[in-house]
Amino acid sequence: MSVTSSPARPAIGKRETATRGRAARAGLVHYGYWWWTLPALALTGAVIYLSTAAGAFYAFTNWTGIGPFNIVGVSNFVKVFETPEFLQPLVNTVLLAVGFVVFTNLIGLAFALALNRTLKTRYLLRTLIFMPVVLSPVAVSFIWKFIFSYDGPLNQILGDIGLGSLRHDWLAVPHLALGCVLVVMVWQSIGFVAVVYLAGLATVPAELEEAAAIDGAGLWRRFQKITLPMIQPSLAIATTLTLIQGLRVFDQVMALTGGGPDNATQTLASEIYQQTFIFQEFGFGAAMALILTLFILAFTIAQLALTRDRT
Amino acid sequence: MFRYTKRTLILEIVTVLATVVLLSPFWILIVGAFKTGDQILTTSSFAPPTHPTLSNFTTLLGASASQNGNVWQGLLSSAVITAGSIIALVVLGSLTAYVLTRSTRAWSNRAYYLFLGAIVLPTQLGTLPLYIGARHLDLVGNPWGMIVVYTGFLLPLSVFLYAGFYRRLPRDYEEAASIDGASRFRVFARVVFPLMAPATGSVAILAGLIVWNDFFTALIFLNGSPWQTLPVVMYNYVGALVSQWNLVFAVVIISMVPILVFYVFTQKRFIQAYAGGLKG
Repeated sequence: MSVTSSPARPAIGKRETATRGRAARAGLVHYGYWWWTLPALALTGAVIYLSTAAGAFYAFTNWTGIGPFNIVGVSNFVKVFETPEFLQPLVNTVLLAVGFVVFTNLIGLAFALALNRTLKTRYLLRTLIFMPVVLSPVAVSFIWKFIFSYDGPLNQILGDIGLGSLRHDWLAVPHLALGCVLVVMVWQSIGFVAVVYLAGLATVPAELEEAAAIDGAGLWRRFQKITLPMIQPSLAIATTLTLIQGLRVFDQVMALTGGGPDNATQTLASEIYQQTFIFQEFGFGAAMALILTLFILAFTIAQLALTRDRT
Repeated sequence: MFRYTKRTLILEIVTVLATVVLLSPFWILIVGAFKTGDQILTTSSFAPPTHPTLSNFTTLLGASASQNGNVWQGLLSSAVITAGSIIALVVLGSLTAYVLTRSTRAWSNRAYYLFLGAIVLPTQLGTLPLYIGARHLDLVGNPWGMIVVYTGFLLPLSVFLYAGFYRRLPRDYEEAASIDGASRFRVFARVVFPLMAPATGSVAILAGLIVWNDFFTALIFLNGSPWQTLPVVMYNYVGALVSQWNLVFAVVIISMVPILVFYVFTQKRFIQAYAGGLKG
């Protein structure tokens, strides 16, 4: 970075700044051209706004991706809510998203509180717990697929500690498979959530906690009355982001179970993929995508409104 | 008050143990990747290999690698698409955010909110029509189409990150350069953009991670084409291997190494650039 080669002079007196301000107002200083924004505006407009609007339109049609189509009103949505096979992904998505928010935030916050001060290994541990976050969810899921397999490490540990009767082919049992997907999701995001909370905890002055401790406040009371209110912004960010991420879950489902066994782990995103790109039911897939979009928008707007009130 | 006491020591031990448990899947992955197919079924998942072997990696990266899961092709494709997307996001994002934050006109504010809104809007619903549109424009199954799509998806994020940094940059440098006769583009390219190195680092790291690891979009736009990215190659490859975990682990490690190296590398650049930006 060579700023020295530029004609900038960092030391500017007050009067000089004022002259320059006038020069700027007189139109002598310009900051780029307005048309520099055109490529970005066009691309965002087409890739995000236009295609989303088109998707919302197809949700009310019976289009198969090729040829003509009819507008069928809300019948796609009625089909989603009346067929148990399609209601299942909706329920699964909500269960996964809620479980994901609760567990990642609890465990992430616990790590953040432990790593906030005094521990000698805190910087090393911070780096280590963040490691899973940078990896591809597909790659991570394949490690866990082995862990959950019948000959895998989880059953091996259960056998070693005398709980051999609890051994399962975890991903093949419908009511256990969804929990397994949740474990993988939570595992990969603990580090991310911990880092968000650590940023919040850094703003809590140690003196405040010391003063409370001298006045006789215990650990829990200090957390409840000082730490928790002060990390409110981090809490809002972490819960919003994990909720959106949880509602969109796709990679882990595809890599771990492919939606099985018997659709027990199918989520909205994986069902959308199947309906649209495997069965060519474009209109129906779009309807499910619109439901997912409205879910995410509703939660995001609610969260934004709540946090705006606080600050 | 926050002295190192006996209780701190206990907390330290508990936290270290919790981290070890948390990271134990990596241990299973690493020891498994150096075992043969027989060993992985007969030995404990936690035991290191008695005779470490590189055969899993040579099978994957060797000349006989199957066309279904060509790891080299996946690496190349992921690298081209990630690099192309980062360049497009840095160029378009920095220019756009610059004009939008410096301009005092009403339209610039409205345009900025357009980008903010696009961050909130999830991409699932648009993927479908986008795919149809891209198919008409011959942008499916090749890296250029992917770069266009990822750039479109992530531009709002790029504009948002750059805008945050521009707001904190005083206008004095630009005014000085402008008064000294530099053209508008020269002011931007030679004065403003170099000062934005920390923002460029953030955009490159975040967007690079998202693009490199993306599975959903790549699966839809590239599946079956010779330009499949690494997550898709890995997904198809593992689907074709029936429980040959030693090979699965080797492909997983190959996919992880570049991102970990990239991360460490950019992390260092990020700190340097940030320090340089403060000095400038």
